[in-house]
Amino acid sequence: MDQFTLNLLVVGATFALYIGIAIWSRAGSTSEFYAAGRGVPPVMNGMATAADWMSAASFISMAGIIALAPAGGYTQSAFLMGWTGGYVLLALLLAPYLRKFGKFTVPEFIGDRFYSGAARLVAVICLIVISVTYVIGQMRGVGVTFSRFLEVSTDTGLYIGAAIVFAYAVFGGMKGITYTQVAQYVVLIIAYTIPAIFISLNLTGNFLPQLGLIGSYAPSGGEVSMLAKLDQVVTELGFTAYTADTTNMFNMVLFTMSLMIGTAGLPHVIIRFFTVPKVADARSSAGWALVFIALLYTVAPAVGAMARLNLTTTFWPAATAGNALDGAALSLEDINGKPELSWINTWKDTGLLAFEDKNGDGRIQYFNDARLAPAAKKVADATKALVDARTAAGLAEASDLTAPEAVQVNGTEDANLKALQDALVAATAERGAITYGGKTIAELGWTANELTKVDNDIMVLANPEIAALPGWVVALVAAGGLAAALSTAAGLLLAISSAISHDLIKGSINPKISERGELLAARISMAFAIALATWLGLNPPGFAAQVVALAFGLAAATIFPALMMGIFSKRVTKEGAIVGMLVGLVFTAVYIFLYLGWFFIPGTAVYANTPANHFFGISPLSIGTVGAVLNFLAAYLVSAVTREPPQHVQDLVESIRIPRGAGAATHH
Amino acid sequence: MADKDSSNAYWAANVRIIVISLAIWFVCSFGLGIILRPALSGISVGGADLGFWFAQNGSIYVFLILIFAYAAIMNRLDRQHGVEE
Repeated sequence: MDQFTLNLLVVGATFALYIGIAIWSRAGSTSEFYAAGRGVPPVMNGMATAADWMSAASFISMAGIIALAPAGGYTQSAFLMGWTGGYVLLALLLAPYLRKFGKFTVPEFIGDRFYSGAARLVAVICLIVISVTYVIGQMRGVGVTFSRFLEVSTDTGLYIGAAIVFAYAVFGGMKGITYTQVAQYVVLIIAYTIPAIFISLNLTGNFLPQLGLIGSYAPSGGEVSMLAKLDQVVTELGFTAYTADTTNMFNMVLFTMSLMIGTAGLPHVIIRFFTVPKVADARSSAGWALVFIALLYTVAPAVGAMARLNLTTTFWPAATAGNALDGAALSLEDINGKPELSWINTWKDTGLLAFEDKNGDGRIQYFNDARLAPAAKKVADATKALVDARTAAGLAEASDLTAPEAVQVNGTEDANLKALQDALVAATAERGAITYGGKTIAELGWTANELTKVDNDIMVLANPEIAALPGWVVALVAAGGLAAALSTAAGLLLAISSAISHDLIKGSINPKISERGELLAARISMAFAIALATWLGLNPPGFAAQVVALAFGLAAATIFPALMMGIFSKRVTKEGAIVGMLVGLVFTAVYIFLYLGWFFIPGTAVYANTPANHFFGISPLSIGTVGAVLNFLAAYLVSAVTREPPQHVQDLVESIRIPRGAGAATHH
Repeated sequence: MADKDSSNAYWAANVRIIVISLAIWFVCSFGLGIILRPALSGISVGGADLGFWFAQNGSIYVFLILIFAYAAIMNRLDRQHGVEE
């Protein structure tokens, strides 16, 4: 059986399972649609939350971003700490109190605590902006996965994925989604850990990838650690060491914080804690969710480091035993002929991996030619200056710009031209002096990096193929990636539709709407959300994990501060909360749009998104932390000059702080 | 009102536990994982340095312990103050 058929079989079987569960547990009432009824036990709830939470960004994208980070894998640790540390905030600062409050949605809490329909409306707007941004990231992940396993283009993959997400979320509702998500969690965690275990055994002899990460490199006799081996191989090829320290600690701290408080402010995660049976369960549910999340998150850094090492040793076979440059690079003959290397061509067909034999030696040299770029630009500039000056002097084109005759006018040397020629010779010498593994590129016979593209988002999906694992493992990973993307997309669409139908339509526009009408509105708004996300997903503003990180920044700057102040302060007023959320939302969104385009529309960015352009070195991914601080400040300042909240609101705050007396979640 | 005093004491105790927990949370992630990494680069955990390990694995284990410890401590506090469900 070929790989394509195997992929179809495994993915098809898991889909049949999810759809079967969704139909079996189809939601009939609004309360089931939004909140899965009551009494989902903490462990089960934790597993579903983990699936809901771990999206295409965690599964497909994160390890790849860590693996291929230009500044080294360590610098991307923010994803690992940020996306787990947020659960501590959730368990300590939000979940138990929101459970005691006992309603269904985040805007409901904000509307009641800040005694204002306007506050509820602002929360709905924040929620929609956050969730739509988040769904774009998922669509990108779905597109990448489908394009690979159906062997179609990324755009076609995106359309197919959108249709499936739509069908599946519209039918299910929360009840269907909760049970399906438990199944999806099982699929995705198996799919993620099995290849990691195989690879860890191969590379380090450790069964547990967590130990493999800090273990020793087995193929070279186990004398150096796996990370030291990785550092050695990548630096030889001119890349920054994998474990190199960050050059912008301030930005890394802000980015990590933004992901943490964003996690605690994500509406589709918070909604999970509204429906556990007791306040005490809300605290431990967050812990159980993190247990299931940690199973993937502690494996991810091992996957990233080992994928990078395997990728490098594939293109430089000699690196396994010693130095990469001791032997020749991978030959085109091997790429086209060896069955275990067929993945290179299948990924090439998706457009997410590209190679080109630029120097025509029949081999693909993979190295960091960005190191050559500044010197190469100097050479190009010097060449142009000399050619322009010669043209101005009326000289014919020279065959050799560095020959003495090239700077002679009527047989005598021209001082001006000679100076320009000297500059060109110096620049060429400077470029030629850059070495890889002690040799210049002229000695090595290289022209430029020939592995011209390796998309971050393919690393996890290609990992089992790179490590030459059996075909069923490859198929399983495709199924896992889809499970991750689908479960989160469905959860988000539900959060969007409940915000529109429950908070917007039933809450303010038409309170008398029937239950049927509300469900219909929920499903229509899902359709709109998915169409919008698909359209934006065609030209995503970044890799899946980066797009998702933007959604976290927005959540960090809006929802989290409002919820926290609502619980921990009795003094914050409706005016304070509204101004705070708006300041956080507008500030963060504008900063992001300046670099990534207005509303992510391609070509509308004001500044190029490079570290040199960032204010104080703060990247758009990290700005949510600053937005959150501004939100808190604005809210406290405005609250100080407005009339204190009415007594019944202060009593509400008192009551949510005490577990006793929590009834079941109620509708109104 | 005795009831009010008791619930104020319960809340104050809760806030104190939260502050201590978040201090640990901060030190293990932002502290050991990022800010103190250069200073602690001499200490190794297996084949990684201490900061690298905390940033990519260790902090996550600490987060897990923190949440379950908080849940257990609060369950006891709930009973002590008679506010459990």
